[in-house]
Amino acid sequence: MDYILQPWPWYIGGPLIAISLLLYFYFGKNFGASTNFETLCTMAGAGKVADYFKKDWKDRDFALLFVVGLIIGGFISSYYLIPNQAIDLNPNTIKELSNLGFSNVGNQYFPDEIFGEDMVFSIKGFLILLVSGVLIGFGTRYAGGCTSGHAITGLSSLQLPSLLAVIGFFIGGIIATWFIIPLLF
Amino acid sequence: MKNIKFLILGIFFAIVLSKTQAISWYRFYEMFTFQSFHMFGIIGGAVVISAVFMQLFKSGKIKDIHGNKIIPKPKKKGFIRTLLGGTFFGLGWGISGACAAPIFVILGFKLIPALILLVGALLGAFLYGLLSKKLPN
Repeated sequence: MDYILQPWPWYIGGPLIAISLLLYFYFGKNFGASTNFETLCTMAGAGKVADYFKKDWKDRDFALLFVVGLIIGGFISSYYLIPNQAIDLNPNTIKELSNLGFSNVGNQYFPDEIFGEDMVFSIKGFLILLVSGVLIGFGTRYAGGCTSGHAITGLSSLQLPSLLAVIGFFIGGIIATWFIIPLLF
Repeated sequence: MKNIKFLILGIFFAIVLSKTQAISWYRFYEMFTFQSFHMFGIIGGAVVISAVFMQLFKSGKIKDIHGNKIIPKPKKKGFIRTLLGGTFFGLGWGISGACAAPIFVILGFKLIPALILLVGALLGAFLYGLLSKKLPN
């Protein structure tokens, strides 16, 4: 039980993610997560406005069940499997973020400065999350995949578009963490 | 319910991401600022082992549950769409520390913030659907 409740090291994570991909393909489907944003739009009736969403979402019932699993797994992890969310961060990271005004850096998975109640119910905090979400939804669909679909499935099957997409992920991520985060905080 | 296995796989995948801290905002901040090996180790390890599986799919040594050959779908081609789309996604990922699958997992940790992210992501996907024919590929 101790092993389960401790944080799992990176060298456990890689193989377990690869096994998830293996099972997904073994079950007969293509591994990925971001197509579900489209499917959920279709379910919400987006097909009435744009032909792009005129699809039968029932063809993707397997993926929706995967999403339901992700949500259940998140609740199980958060309530039962992670008694201590403290993260062993690089001292430089702690110093940088503390200088930007972040408090209790690394004491939990999600900083209060972005995920805390005070922030979420402020206009600035709400917009940070909403705009990030829009960028994630728009970007993954435009690029044709996310970390699962491009970085893991695409790179491991040696697809050139995925290499370009991952380069894009890092261009965006570096701009965000090096320039936008210091501007926002 | 023949698809119940995907539900169980989703639970498993969410636990793996949660326990390896691969949903933590801090871990992605560290990744994009190159201050920690952790996420590179996880993603790199997943890619290398998956590449071995892909070879086994290709040679037909591993077939799917129905006995069919496993062929990953070819990704849409296009220099601008993958690079620019990827950059947009990277911006959202870098700021919020969430990518696609983790948004659903984070609902279990931080319900309201994750819901706002999810609504945003659906708006973004909707926007893409509206504009898809007008965007450069």
